[in-house]
Amino acid sequence: MAVKDYIRQRFFPHIWCPGCGHGIVLNALLRAIDQLGMSKNEIVMVSGIGCSSRISGYVDFHTLHTLHGRALAFATGVKMSMPELNVIVPMGDGDALAIGGNHFIHAARRNIAMTAIIMNNRIYGMTGGQYSPLSGYGTRATTAPYLNIDHDFDIAEMAMAAGASFVARTTTYHVRQMADILKEAILHEGFSVVEILSQCPTYFGRKNKMGSAADMMEMFKKNTTPIGSEAKKENPDLIERGIFVQKDVPEYCSEYDKLIENAMKGQ
Amino acid sequence: MREVLEGSHAVSEAVRLAKVQVMSAYPITPQTHIVEALSEFCEDGTMDARFICVESEHSAMAAVVGASTCGVRTFTATSSHGLALMHEMLHWASAARLPIVMAEVNRALGPGWNIWMDQTDSLAQRDTGWIQLYCENGQDVLDTTLQAFRLAEMVNLPVMVVLDAFFLSHTYEDIDVPDQKAVDRFLPPLSPRIQLSTQNPCAIGQMSPPAFYTENRHSIQAAMEQVQGRFENIQEEFEPVFGRKYAPLEAIECEDADVIMVMAGTAASTCREVISDLRSQGEKVGLLKLKMFRPFPTMLIRKILGDTQKVAVVDRNFSFGVSGIFAQEIKAALCNHDNHPPVFGYIAGLGGRDVTPDILKQVYHMTKTASFPKEDGVWIDLNN
Ligand SMILES: Cc1ncc(C[n+]2csc(CCOP(=O)(O)OP(=O)(O)O)c2C)c(N)n1
Ligand code: SF4
Repeated sequence: MAVKDYIRQRFFPHIWCPGCGHGIVLNALLRAIDQLGMSKNEIVMVSGIGCSSRISGYVDFHTLHTLHGRALAFATGVKMSMPELNVIVPMGDGDALAIGGNHFIHAARRNIAMTAIIMNNRIYGMTGGQYSPLSGYGTRATTAPYLNIDHDFDIAEMAMAAGASFVARTTTYHVRQMADILKEAILHEGFSVVEILSQCPTYFGRKNKMGSAADMMEMFKKNTTPIGSEAKKENPDLIERGIFVQKDVPEYCSEYDKLIENAMKGQ
Repeated sequence: MREVLEGSHAVSEAVRLAKVQVMSAYPITPQTHIVEALSEFCEDGTMDARFICVESEHSAMAAVVGASTCGVRTFTATSSHGLALMHEMLHWASAARLPIVMAEVNRALGPGWNIWMDQTDSLAQRDTGWIQLYCENGQDVLDTTLQAFRLAEMVNLPVMVVLDAFFLSHTYEDIDVPDQKAVDRFLPPLSPRIQLSTQNPCAIGQMSPPAFYTENRHSIQAAMEQVQGRFENIQEEFEPVFGRKYAPLEAIECEDADVIMVMAGTAASTCREVISDLRSQGEKVGLLKLKMFRPFPTMLIRKILGDTQKVAVVDRNFSFGVSGIFAQEIKAALCNHDNHPPVFGYIAGLGGRDVTPDILKQVYHMTKTASFPKEDGVWIDLNN
């Protein structure tokens, strides 16, 4: 199937700013799905609200564009009702980890099969560049004109600690790796978390004087390294990318089926 | 000093002048300009205040409830889904009798994602025990915000200052921004009724079993009953300092009117023009602008509307299965008045659709010629 057959052309042009990283994520996601040979009808995309969440408007799957922060809670309802469908949940860092942080850790804890994609641009893009829980200490935003004092999370570590059975990180610079990781994540039977460092040149870039979108992507190239690399040992500040965890843990919907089966035994 | 400000900055200027001490918010369009300006004032030292950036609106209201319990002046701002998410905390704020002030930018609720003007978000919070004051223009926004602190602190109830998305929040107008000395004369520092204090330890939010709960609720209503009178008193203090005053309801050309149109917010400005046009054509029409919606000024409504021939209410909101919310409330206020006029409800301007002079004229003419109102209202700007 041609990649463009997965797209809802009638909703274009998209809302993203020139240079926004979110379009690159859409590109890699469609390639991953195409390479997996999935049909449009076996995928449900559930998103919340944010520039990142708009992705659900542009893909021709079953899509639910829900409330800010609540995508995983809606998705849990979808998955429990129709476990045979593949559920993909693209979120912004604010959507997933500010207002939706609670849903995130509990979805990970349950290990319910869905792919949570966190497009981490370290800012609330859609509402005009206020700082998010991922902006990090010492950054600037429209609500932190004199430097932010809030510390950020390490999304991958948090996902692992909460119980996610697939956890990976990549960036918009590493498009091929992104598609490969997304394929693995979608195939994984359990809660998969893929953090993608994405650029918001309009707000995070401008507020923090990071140059153009291309400059920001160059930084992703420079500041990241494959998991376990020599470079990381020499420079602990480098951000690791790759798959951190990929393990078999009983999945929530199938555990639930087993529970019923057991309870019904002898009846 | 006269300045050209957008409605959002009329709010932030009033909050600065009110010397608010703690604020908390989560961003949502079209409220963001208010909180961005305030976070800057806090950080650059313009205000001696703290701004708490939280992870959701629910937490924002929780944070200001906490701060207000410590006896400091507090403020927050939100809109639409943010307000809906706050719902649980709104009840807490009023039942704890905390004088919190909130700017609420009227915006439509999803799904059918829409960031534009609609009143259903604030009106859906009518039973939470918050005072609600609706604004017509930028000056009204600034003055009402200042007065909101005074009022909240007099009656120990939270106040919601409501302004239209974009038509007001993002529109620039010529606004008189008073100087600090004048505001200080009008608005003394907060002397809190409840305050966490090591001298006087107290337990807040305890069980309220059936033996107490009714009295607790009744005391909130008793405070609500004082609001209208206090609001009128406040005008007597406000006018000598600032040269302006406001009424819970404003009646324009209502004395001899056969049809009185009723609405809130910026549509009332449009309607002022329409009224004067229609009057010049010899039509006996008036306008009642709703400013105070909670508490609902029932007796005043009866006085102004009770003896006219027909009432036409324009609602930029809807309660599914009944009618427009203002129409519903106006009907309830009039029903115990002898020979009250029929109330015609019109739904217009939902989700940012403009309420134009032509629509308001159509409302007037339909009301004038119709014999009976349609109970659930007429959707006047519906596209077929
Ligand atoms: C309850 C509620 N509060 C606030 C908002 C406003 N809002 C919309 S998107 C957003 C944050 C967007 O940031 P993020 O999730 O990081 O995605 P991005 O736009 O950066 O891709 C906010 C605060 C909302 N829609 N609903
Ligand atoms: S504001 Fe930022 S996140 Fe949103 S579309 Fe523009 S660049 Fe992308």
